[in-house]
Amino acid sequence: MNTATVLSARAATSKFWLIAAVGALISAIGFGSALYMEHHGHAVTGMTNQIVWGLPHVFAIFLIVAASGVLNVASIGSVFGKTAYKKRAPLSGLLTLAMLSGGLFVLMLDLGRADRVMIAATKYNFTSVFAWNVFLYSGMFGIVAVYLWVLMEKRLYPFAKPVGVAAFVWRLVLTTGTGSIFGFLISRNAYQSALLAPMFIIMSFAWGLAVFLITQAVMFRWNGKTLDPAILKRMKNLFGTFIAAVLYFLIVYHLTNLYFAKQVAFEKFILIDSGFAAIFWIGQVLIGALLPMAILYHPRLGQRMCAVTAAAVLVIVGAFCELYVFIIGGEAFPLDIFPGAEITSSFFDGQVATYSPSLPEFLLGLGGLGVAFMITLIGVRLISKFLPEDDAVQPDAATD
Amino acid sequence: MTENARRGFLAAGATFAGAIAVAPGLHLIAPALARGAGEPASNANRWGLLIDTNKCSASCDACVKACATENGITEQVADPRQRSQWIRKIDIKEKNGRQHSLPMMCQHCSDPPCVDVCPTGASMKRADGIVLVDRHVCIGCRYCMMACPYKARSFVHEPLTEQNPQVPRGIGCVEACTLCVHRVDKGQLPACVEACTEGAMLFGNLADPNSEISRRIAHEATTQVRADLKLNTGVRYQGI
Ligand code: SF4
Repeated sequence: MNTATVLSARAATSKFWLIAAVGALISAIGFGSALYMEHHGHAVTGMTNQIVWGLPHVFAIFLIVAASGVLNVASIGSVFGKTAYKKRAPLSGLLTLAMLSGGLFVLMLDLGRADRVMIAATKYNFTSVFAWNVFLYSGMFGIVAVYLWVLMEKRLYPFAKPVGVAAFVWRLVLTTGTGSIFGFLISRNAYQSALLAPMFIIMSFAWGLAVFLITQAVMFRWNGKTLDPAILKRMKNLFGTFIAAVLYFLIVYHLTNLYFAKQVAFEKFILIDSGFAAIFWIGQVLIGALLPMAILYHPRLGQRMCAVTAAAVLVIVGAFCELYVFIIGGEAFPLDIFPGAEITSSFFDGQVATYSPSLPEFLLGLGGLGVAFMITLIGVRLISKFLPEDDAVQPDAATD
Repeated sequence: MTENARRGFLAAGATFAGAIAVAPGLHLIAPALARGAGEPASNANRWGLLIDTNKCSASCDACVKACATENGITEQVADPRQRSQWIRKIDIKEKNGRQHSLPMMCQHCSDPPCVDVCPTGASMKRADGIVLVDRHVCIGCRYCMMACPYKARSFVHEPLTEQNPQVPRGIGCVEACTLCVHRVDKGQLPACVEACTEGAMLFGNLADPNSEISRRIAHEATTQVRADLKLNTGVRYQGI
């Protein structure tokens, strides 16, 4: 090993520690915010008795939905036998564990009584979708951990397919479960749709792949490697299809809502009349779907790794906008307690609820991203197998 | 002291001298229906309310005030959106111009969505139909608040002091109208019912076909709010 290699290896190590320190700091700030919220109560958040779930839920649900979606990459490899994806299965499993942990970190620390997390883990009400989700999440950890083990241990490789199938099925159920958290809220206009479960699954495909593409790009760059353009092309086409599918579901969801007369006022509110309309059209539709699709299907841009990565970042921005509109917008629209009548009260009945997120709740959400980031970072650092090793990579292929 | 009050005083026990203040309300429910300590709630009762909106004026909030005093909901909360409201007055204006005012609180559904969704089982329905939150088991996830069609539940956003010992409340937990379970168990009326001088609120046993509330529901036109959700509410309304 010559001096130059040693020096660059050292530089890479110190860079790694620097990045790790930033990740740790973000996670610690998130945890600190949770302690602050715990001490002062949710009074220090923007959440109220009108908007009961806020920004932390946007972050948590993004992380959990994307966590199940990112496992898709592994499923395409193990379940559907595509070699290029098989090579990516370990990384996809690691990202699932990382994001699931990040999501649960936020969800648990946002509880009014986060100190009672043991109650949540030991007392179950089996009619509650939330309780099923606690099961689904812990099961997911177990299955994915076994899956990773099977993938990395040559001896166990024959089991990769059955375990992969189990993980695939579990993740579909998990996303359905997450979607159903809302689907069971019979009294709220935003969530009265049978489309929620399939919509969440397709959203998870797109968001998960976006996270995967970004992580993969960063890892290749870090290791000075280039991605085979054929693989990039395949992945970006799949990504484009997922984004289009999300858009399709979104249109069907709103159109079916418009079909039901009692939902028209809600649709008018979300799509035209409120602050959520701008987030919907600009954030969700333009930034989250149309722009990334334009990039991916652009004859030149679509070939470039940096452009594909940019498209993935846009999809994630769009995902946050989508969840914001879905969760906060859905709560802001007044409950129809006396359908058809105008109502007023000191409890803001009949009024659109207002919400301005406070710093601590934002930092808690960010902390969840920090946790996911840290787990990924440590995983890929400790176990080199997470870096996808493709067989034939042509020189100067798909770089930026 | 009236005969009624004297009996009430004895029933409440000498240890609870404070009961004198509420004694006039004692025994308005048949004494046999009061529950002894350690005795489980019985499904021979299903407690409910019948609210006659014709007798309820928009300017009156006696029930709301009585509830706050009884349950110790007296804290000053800076952001009104974060205040706990167990009972509130809603003013309604129908499309045809008719106006009503009515108290709205937990409707004590027979099939309560809050109980269905609560992950820990903290939200529960007693055998006598009263829907409660177990403050020791609630983790403060607020899923029940998302599920309630009546916006009847509140989350405690701030540390509380000076609570009524009979009505435990606490930061980070969800709470709602308990139908004054601590009074009902002693054979007393809920505070709101007692405070309503117009007689707009009737408390009683829906499981007993001979109770006044059951007879009125059987013979007069009454409504359940959001009857379309088929929750079989314990609180019924007249005049809307
Ligand atoms: S806030 Fe408490 S009572 Fe409500 S669903 Fe969560 S644990 Fe149950």
